[in-house]
Amino acid sequence: MIGLTHYLIVAAILFTIGVLGIFLNRRNVILMLMAIELILLAVNINLVAFSAYLGDLTGQVLAMFVLTVAAAEAAIGLAILVIFFRRRGSIAVDDVNRMRG
Amino acid sequence: MIAILAFYLFATLTIVPAIAVIFARNPVHSVLWLILAFFNAAGLMLLLGAEFIAMLVVIVYVGAVAVLFLFVVMMLDVDFASLRSGFTKNLPFGIILAAVLAVEIVVAFASSKGGPAFSSGKIGAATQPNIVALGQLLYSRYLLPFELAGLILLVAMIGAIVLTHRRRSDSRTPNIARQIRRRPEDATRMTQPGVGEGMKL
Repeated sequence: MIGLTHYLIVAAILFTIGVLGIFLNRRNVILMLMAIELILLAVNINLVAFSAYLGDLTGQVLAMFVLTVAAAEAAIGLAILVIFFRRRGSIAVDDVNRMRG
Repeated sequence: MIAILAFYLFATLTIVPAIAVIFARNPVHSVLWLILAFFNAAGLMLLLGAEFIAMLVVIVYVGAVAVLFLFVVMMLDVDFASLRSGFTKNLPFGIILAAVLAVEIVVAFASSKGGPAFSSGKIGAATQPNIVALGQLLYSRYLLPFELAGLILLVAMIGAIVLTHRRRSDSRTPNIARQIRRRPEDATRMTQPGVGEGMKL
């Protein structure tokens, strides 16, 4: 029988893959953003699984808000990426030293 | 039986494309794998009885976010091969870190069983459709966060437009304000040239 644990394991694997993706593609911002999307998807699966298990819809409401923030973050992140590429002609993270931070 | 089969199908097809996303050589392929992962994650949510969130994942993630990624990847003329230069260098460290994280999650989950357990909630038979229940919750108890979420999306939209919009100097768009401001007195001139003198322009 498929229980809560199965869903949590899937979400944990997905989360770990997302973190691994951020560490492996240290130079490619687009792939880092995709890895962040994977992490947020894992969080959503967790929220929905707990919501279904506890019979409480609050988790699904929260999952919706996570979805909203993920969409906004992708839009802003990609917009920043586009103007950065226009200025520098590159999207490598190593080149992001404009502000000498 | 069919539910177990569907779970393992969706779970496998979520995790394998997720691995392909971070290992694909071509970013366009990465985005396409991401779309497959999103679809199957939506399938997982359907199995949990969260139809509305599942459809939202398909609409928002696949329809908006993934297509946005696809556009940006195709628009930018980036040498992606050079961006992978640090890949093998980061591989051992990344895998160690991922393993530590995975162990940590497992330990956290195992230890949560020792503490006070949450109500072993039996999922009551749904008396109304998922979307109806969610809508009633969203428009009553969570009205303010819901409106704030809309505000976040508005800010993101305006921000993305402001960031990427550029006024091109080489385009010939009419300056509408200037056109409207123009008066007949500025544009025309009355002259009465004498015979044989010609016009002075």
